[in-house]
Amino acid sequence: MTSIVALLVLLPLTASMAALGVRNQGPLRDIVSIGTLTTASALSVILLAHVEANGSVVVRLGGWAPELGIVLVADMFAVLVLAVAMLTILLVEVFAIGQRGTASGADPSVVGPMLLVLTAGVALSILTGDLFTLFVAFELMLVASYVLLTHQGKAGQIRSGMTYVVINLFASTLFLFGVAFVYASTGTVNLALLAQRIPELDDGVRWGIGLWFLVVFGTKAAMFPLFSWLPDSYPTAPTTITAIFAGLLTKIGVYVMIRFNTLTGMDDLGGVILILAGLTMIIGVAGALAQDDMKRILSFHIVSQIGYMMMGLGLFTVAGVAGAIIFIVHQIPVKTVLFLVGAMVESDRGTSALSRVGGMISRSPWLALLFALPALSLAGIPPFSGFVAKLALIDAGVSSTSTVIVVVALVGSALTLLSMVKIWGGVFWGTDPADGDPSDEIDGGGPGSDVSRRAWWTMSWATSVTMILTLAIAVFAGPIWTMSERAATELLDGETYMSDVLDDGSDA
Amino acid sequence: MSITLILVVGCLTAVGVYLATSRVLSRIVLGFAVLGHAAVLALLTAGGPAGRAPLADRNPVDETSNPLPQALSLTAIVIAFGLTLFLLALARRQQQLSGDDVVEDDLEDRRVAQRDQAADRTVHGASDEAPGEVQR
Repeated sequence: MTSIVALLVLLPLTASMAALGVRNQGPLRDIVSIGTLTTASALSVILLAHVEANGSVVVRLGGWAPELGIVLVADMFAVLVLAVAMLTILLVEVFAIGQRGTASGADPSVVGPMLLVLTAGVALSILTGDLFTLFVAFELMLVASYVLLTHQGKAGQIRSGMTYVVINLFASTLFLFGVAFVYASTGTVNLALLAQRIPELDDGVRWGIGLWFLVVFGTKAAMFPLFSWLPDSYPTAPTTITAIFAGLLTKIGVYVMIRFNTLTGMDDLGGVILILAGLTMIIGVAGALAQDDMKRILSFHIVSQIGYMMMGLGLFTVAGVAGAIIFIVHQIPVKTVLFLVGAMVESDRGTSALSRVGGMISRSPWLALLFALPALSLAGIPPFSGFVAKLALIDAGVSSTSTVIVVVALVGSALTLLSMVKIWGGVFWGTDPADGDPSDEIDGGGPGSDVSRRAWWTMSWATSVTMILTLAIAVFAGPIWTMSERAATELLDGETYMSDVLDDGSDA
Repeated sequence: MSITLILVVGCLTAVGVYLATSRVLSRIVLGFAVLGHAAVLALLTAGGPAGRAPLADRNPVDETSNPLPQALSLTAIVIAFGLTLFLLALARRQQQLSGDDVVEDDLEDRRVAQRDQAADRTVHGASDEAPGEVQR
């Protein structure tokens, strides 16, 4: 099992170099990407089953003690998020291969290798057991994202890409300063040791470290008021790329925020986090309502949904953190599938501006369904996964008597539904402003569309499977909830994590 | 910990932040190079007082400097190298596209500014220059 944990990071990284070597030989490169991502998905599901049955797996790379070396920790929280993330990346890669025949598709010789680098970065961020390796993993993930965002070299991409790169570089520099502060005050960067030592620090130092990392992780996660880079840069990337960013990058920011704050016992930051969570929810969704482009509306929703995850963390109860975890698990595929539908609309019509697209429901009823189900799920309508996740959070909020945040969360949900209705009305209903003839069904693309039948089919297939993944999360909400609760207990308690990492001397 | 190093970290951070807030991309790149140095120095300072080379078989352990922050710093420096290059490439591309390397205004911001101007003009026109508007 330990080799699987290491493989999940090393395999995509090695394969990315192989894919880069054969980047101009289409079929070979696709086989390498798809093969690696399929293997990684399978391994992560096996790991999930193993950890569910037997508890955490800890790997000490090179056999060094945790004080000195790098540890990878596959606990319940990690494997749960990892499995969903890997499956989502695989589906996006399939989609990207389908989309390549179209004008709006990204350059496949860049997307293939870079998606693998991104995968390695995501896996390492999730699995790592120390702060400095987390820094390296973030950089790995972000470098891949910089390239994916700007590789087409269009003016808009360079402009917003610059903002994205500069903001993230600044956050990374702050991260490095934070690592220095933590090392100076505790003498370690290992999370398990920090879980022991940070609670013993003076309140002032502890608050300082906590707030510092809240800013660092908050910038990565696009928390209010550090979110403005996201709606600016995400919509300019090729939509397939935006789908993977939307599904994964900010969620990893929240993931490490939850991991760091729970393990190091930053309970007193709860109030601050709750206030920021409420503001993030409302400001994000208000921004979405003001937009008139499908991609921009969805980008603002990423911000709004981050608020819900932070709300679960801010409560600092088992129910709250478990709610945040199931919310992350639900968000990764839902957000991805919404952007994939956006990419399909864009491939077909050449734009995603609401005023220039219309009547998609008669062109492709299936696409409308693919949008409607995850949109309802995002708004939290039963019986979809969003309902389960939001119910868990609201329930946790009510039981810890944080009435204000519960009310804010419910208002946010209603506004989310409103803006989904706006997309629905703009894109799927009404008449097509382009030719006014809604009768030409998509049969390998309508007139003026450059989508071949095969490309459309591959894209539909990948999007449908992602949607089935979101439905599966709703169907298996029971087991996933049990796992989330266990993960939250492990995180808030911290004892299991510490003993797993520090006592377990065997690394074989 | 040496107070000199801490002061140097402070100065470098100030210079770096100042440069990074500029609108000229080449200054931003320089700013991040300086900021990166500040962070790495902070990391080194966090490792405690300087000592002899941390070679276990040559120097007694309590006289050596702490090797862990040094290893971390090296990693951070390598990453900073790569990112500086990427930033330079972006700046070069920006220069190719627009002729200079100044950060452009956000599209949305410009649209909002135009809308404000248009609104001003309408109000203005309605009160003072209504005949002119009608003629056009």
